[in-house]
Amino acid sequence: MTLKLRELTEKTEQFGSGHALCAGCAEPVAVRQVLAALVNPPVVALATGCLEVATTRFPDTTWKVPVIHSAFENAATTISGVEAAYKALVRKGRMEPRPLTFLVFGGDGATYDIGFQWLSGALERGHKFIYVCLNNEGYMNTGIQRSSATLLGAWTTTTPAGDVRPGKLQWHKDMTRIIAAHNIPYVAQAAVHNWKDLMTKVRKAEAADGPAFINVITPCDRGWRFDTDKTMEVSRLMVESGLWPLYEVENGVWRMTGGGQKRRPVIDALKSQKRFSHITTNGDESVVAEIQRRVDAEWESLQQLCEMSARAESES
Amino acid sequence: MPDEQAWREIAIGGTEINPGSTERVNTGAWRSEMPIIDFSRCTHCMICWVDCPDACFEISDTRLAGIDLDHCKGCGICAAVCPTHCITMVPESSVPVKSSESGA
Repeated sequence: MTLKLRELTEKTEQFGSGHALCAGCAEPVAVRQVLAALVNPPVVALATGCLEVATTRFPDTTWKVPVIHSAFENAATTISGVEAAYKALVRKGRMEPRPLTFLVFGGDGATYDIGFQWLSGALERGHKFIYVCLNNEGYMNTGIQRSSATLLGAWTTTTPAGDVRPGKLQWHKDMTRIIAAHNIPYVAQAAVHNWKDLMTKVRKAEAADGPAFINVITPCDRGWRFDTDKTMEVSRLMVESGLWPLYEVENGVWRMTGGGQKRRPVIDALKSQKRFSHITTNGDESVVAEIQRRVDAEWESLQQLCEMSARAESES
Repeated sequence: MPDEQAWREIAIGGTEINPGSTERVNTGAWRSEMPIIDFSRCTHCMICWVDCPDACFEISDTRLAGIDLDHCKGCGICAAVCPTHCITMVPESSVPVKSSESGA
């Protein structure tokens, strides 16, 4: 099946309107793109977070597909149970087999921090599901606290910027590579501005023989401090600066995706977000230089993995 | 709003059984700027449709037909991503209020 937007508009919208996510939020855009790309009907588990809170205000729901939420940390475990129950019911002849896609949406708080061991366990057990991390680099739902996905130097309410500290002091966790180390069939990093790349990855994840993980950068206009209409531009800058490289790991083969191997300086992306204004405008360039140095090193390491994969493929 | 339910009346597990029912919520009342489409320049590429957080673009036979102003929050992403710049954001106060969106 091809990915043509005008054809995709013919599919019934599975995620509606009237939710309470902020104007300009990237999360519903990612959700709509994921749902539009799926071939099979989905069963969705939600982790606690902006998306869950804002789309399932009792007695209403924004979803037009089955959705289950149990707790913050255990969305991966919940969908494991749904998938195992489905297989058991089919095996016992109590349900007709049907094409279904088991899907999880969790934020970076639920994925990088609170639900990490539960996700790791579900991946190791090999349940067939797609885990989509909507990464807005912080606990935005509870008021912009730092998470282990928050970038170095970023202002949050728990890493305030001032004379003593320049925002967050630690480098973020590289969750996509941690998941890749689980050796599951499909792992990818995507961005919300590049719908074609994101949807292609969703199709590959759906076709994968086992668990799949897609880490999507979803810029948060409230938490990152930019105007509501700049969401897609900020997403693009995060990718083009190398802060969020687009790549996939398909059955152990690392590949850059989404075009554009040329990078722009990280300062371009940092300047688009006022959460970094204290390090981009105060004349002290040391934090920006440190971010650039770390991004360069990670980029280099990623290129090496891709080259090794390409070499191994051409030799086999 | 439907009648408030006491906790004994709520389904076990807090089950919500009305798919897409948040559509009754008029989030269009949040808006301070309104998108206006110049259809003479629209190529129906659907980039606005795929990038809209609120699923507000009305499609008719794979062509862009209009905007659901009852739910559009006026973020302006559509105007920013439109390749032909045919969507402009205008202040809400400059547009006469229509009956469908006055009842917030």
